[in-house]
Amino acid sequence: MACVNADGTITPTAKALLQSLQGPLGPEEIAARTGAPLFRVRASLRELQAAGFVAESGGRFVTTDAGRAKT
Amino acid sequence: MMDSITPAPAGMPRIGDPAPAFEAVTTHGVLKLEDFKGSWLVLFSHPADFTPVCTTEFIGFAEIHPKLREMNVELMGLSIDSVYSHIAWARNVEEKMGKKITFPIIADLNKEVATLYGMIMPGESKTETSRAVFVIDDKQVVRAIIYYPLSTGRNMDEILRLIQALQTADKHGVATPANWRPGDKVIMPPPKTQEAAEERVKDKAAECKDWYFCKKSVK
Repeated sequence: MACVNADGTITPTAKALLQSLQGPLGPEEIAARTGAPLFRVRASLRELQAAGFVAESGGRFVTTDAGRAKT
Repeated sequence: MMDSITPAPAGMPRIGDPAPAFEAVTTHGVLKLEDFKGSWLVLFSHPADFTPVCTTEFIGFAEIHPKLREMNVELMGLSIDSVYSHIAWARNVEEKMGKKITFPIIADLNKEVATLYGMIMPGESKTETSRAVFVIDDKQVVRAIIYYPLSTGRNMDEILRLIQALQTADKHGVATPANWRPGDKVIMPPPKTQEAAEERVKDKAAECKDWYFCKKSVK
C-alpha cells in the first residue's frame, strides 16, 4: 500500500497530503501544494478515500474526521 | 492485390492507438494508467531485476528522470518480478551504484500488463519481458514504440530526443529530420496543393531545397 499501512498507520506522503487539505482541493492543486507528482496524488487520494480518510465531492477532496485524526 | 488487412497481434498496441488501460501493483502502490492523464508517460519493460544490463539501464533512466519531468513526462518500469524483488533491487542500485530509483516499477507477476502491451517476445524468452519502450502522450495515446533485445541496453539519449521531437512536432505542426536535435531546423509539412506549393517557395521563413523540402527554425 502506498499510503495506508496494514496496521492502519499512514505513510509520510499520505500525512503530507492530508495536512495539505485545508479546504476542498482538486488533485492538481494538491500536487502543486505538496510537490508530489500528479499520478501519485491521484493514486493516494483513491487509497485514502477507500480507507475513509478523505471524501470527494465534484472532483474536490476534503479530509474526514478519521483522516484528521491521522495528522 | 491484398484482399484483407493483417490484424495486429493480440495485446500489441500500435502507434496512434489509445494506450491499453491497466491497474497494477507497483513500488509506489497500486497505480492505474489513468493516474498519468495530463502527463506524458514512458512505460518501459526490462527482462529481470538483479541483472547487469538492466542495472545499467535503470541507472540511465534514473539519470534522465529529472529532465523528463521538466518535459512533463513521467517514467514507469515493468518486469515479471515481485514488488519485493523490485524494492530490494532499487535499494541495491542505490547502495552499490549510488543512484536512487525515483520512478515506480510495475510488479507484473501475472504478465497482465506485459501481455496487454506485447512486451514478451516468445522467440527470445517466454518468461521475461524484452526491452520495450512505449511513449504515451498526455491524452493517453501511444505515440512511439521501441523494442530492443535482451542483449542490448537502450540509449537514453535517443529516448529523450524522441520525446523532444514528438513534443516539438505537436507544438509547431511540423516534422523532424534524421538526427534532429532541439534547436535544429524542422521540416515543414509538404504543400498539398499547387497553389500552396507556389506560396511555400515564396515564404521567406522557409529554407527550401525544393517546394516539397523546406525547413524552418522554431522556438
